[in-house]
Amino acid sequence: MKRSTAFRALLAGVAATALSAGAWANQTLLNVSYDPTREFYQAFNTEFAAHWKKTTGETVTLKQSHGGAGKQARAVIDGLEADVVTLALAYDIDEIGELTGKLPKDWQKKFADNSAPYTSTIVFLVRKGNPKGIKDWDDLVKPGVEIITPNPKTSGGARWNYLAAWGYALKKNGNSEAKAREFVSKILSKVPVLDSGARGSTNTFVQRGIGDVLLAWENEALLSINELGPDKFEIVVPSLSILAEPPVAIVEGVAKKHGTEKLAKAYLEYLYSPTGQKLAAKHYYRPRHPEHADPADQARFPKLDLITIDGAFGGWQKAQKTHFSDGGVFDQIYAPGNK
Amino acid sequence: MARTTRVLPGFGPALGLTLTWLSIIVLLPLASVFLKASNLSLVEFWDVVTAPRVAASYRLSFGASLAAAAINAVFGLMLAWCLVRYRFPGKRLVDALIDLPFALPTAVAGIALTALYARNGWIGQWLEPLGIQVAFKPLGVLVALVFIGLPFVVRTVQPVLEDFDLEHEEAAASLGAGRWQTFRYVILPVLLPALLTGFTLAFARAVGEYGSVIFIAGNIPMVSEITPLMIITKLEQYDYVGATAVAEVMLLISFVLLLLINGLQAWTAKRTGRDR
Repeated sequence: MKRSTAFRALLAGVAATALSAGAWANQTLLNVSYDPTREFYQAFNTEFAAHWKKTTGETVTLKQSHGGAGKQARAVIDGLEADVVTLALAYDIDEIGELTGKLPKDWQKKFADNSAPYTSTIVFLVRKGNPKGIKDWDDLVKPGVEIITPNPKTSGGARWNYLAAWGYALKKNGNSEAKAREFVSKILSKVPVLDSGARGSTNTFVQRGIGDVLLAWENEALLSINELGPDKFEIVVPSLSILAEPPVAIVEGVAKKHGTEKLAKAYLEYLYSPTGQKLAAKHYYRPRHPEHADPADQARFPKLDLITIDGAFGGWQKAQKTHFSDGGVFDQIYAPGNK
Repeated sequence: MARTTRVLPGFGPALGLTLTWLSIIVLLPLASVFLKASNLSLVEFWDVVTAPRVAASYRLSFGASLAAAAINAVFGLMLAWCLVRYRFPGKRLVDALIDLPFALPTAVAGIALTALYARNGWIGQWLEPLGIQVAFKPLGVLVALVFIGLPFVVRTVQPVLEDFDLEHEEAAASLGAGRWQTFRYVILPVLLPALLTGFTLAFARAVGEYGSVIFIAGNIPMVSEITPLMIITKLEQYDYVGATAVAEVMLLISFVLLLLINGLQAWTAKRTGRDR
């Protein structure tokens, strides 16, 4: 009995060594990302693998995983061994660090530009011809306008939408918190369906024909138009919006265990290279270095006033606590007797 | 005392195996839920599980599930009756159709129902002018729950009906009973335990349902959020403890309700002399 257990342990050991030897010869990197980046990272991974082969002679296998940003972060927290994460908002990565201890506190300083190699913003998607005449945030609260946005409690994208509206109202009303709250309450009262994620909201708006305007990430809106044909929808860019910074980070605890630290660093740094920037612009994200983008791609990004999460809300941790935690402003807006 | 010999191995091993199996499959996961939530103090626990949004979600989840199970009890009985008592072309096909809600991934059901009942859907476009909105309203939740719960009642009532001899009805009729009397006093008492089982299963399934409801509910706080969504919402905020607290309350309410219905079922079985 005892001997057979020992024998089995030995076998397992041999198998494990063989496996890790295999991994040594051909390194694997898992990038856990969120939904709308699927096509971008597919293209980027091909480019990076070629680049890595050329510079180091090593072959690398790049794996990607996509899903709602919150779900993806939870998967990593629950043990999915991501070498790098590329998610929708810093808060999700903060939480991974907080709950697993696999990331340093200052992870967002490890790469340039707040560790966000590409950005986006929040725009309006309206039906062709813009029948309700929606041009800016104020038009959203006009009577008879229905707004589609996901639930900020469950969707990272929806948090950007909410904060963009809040930021607009703040700026317009001389930083009056009360006015901002009133404005956002009004917007939420016009939302007939609160989907749990951004893709769900896009479906509700596009497939079900519900609502007059969809609050969406610019890259999602551009992608929708590209897929569904410009004859059905158009994008309206408001006078002011929020700078959405989807950040990237090495999950150091995992990378160390896998021995992929160098590779992970090179992978994320390559996002800032001319090739990475060009691809980001091609896949509808605003590049940090527009000079590397194809001018035709760059032309899709109109100039607008952008507030930042750090400037207007004091960072994600604070915004999350004030607005989206249980009992926060979002809950208060929906509390009974507050209609 | 004489030992009775049985076909299967004795009571001891059988019960032991049953309990072990039940513990691994059911009790262990549930115990982990309770352990996780025990990180909260009683006051915190109470605050989490009685927050207005959560309380509203209990009302919708349990209310809609009971209503859906009741609707399924009525129509499921009718369906089972038709399938057992009549012969018609395509009967086997209908019989197979009934199981579809079992097999279909619930998300598919949710998306299909939403497409039908939305403002621009096949059914929704006719209901909308009448002022009836189904998709993205609590009514939509009910529709989804009726859909997923249908097979339970049919499949529990059907075998009992098949065993039920026509002679009983004929005897009742020859003794002068009217149609209603025959149904009420002869048929229903026999079917009731099975019907209640079907009701219970449909109810239990509806309470736990997430996939299909989420697409059709609209998920507006205080109005159309179901309790499983509240749990997911808490998870999305990395509030594992809060999520398990709500899950625990759901488990308790479900358990009490199921116990009640099972008790009722035992009582009717006894009363109608079909005690096992």
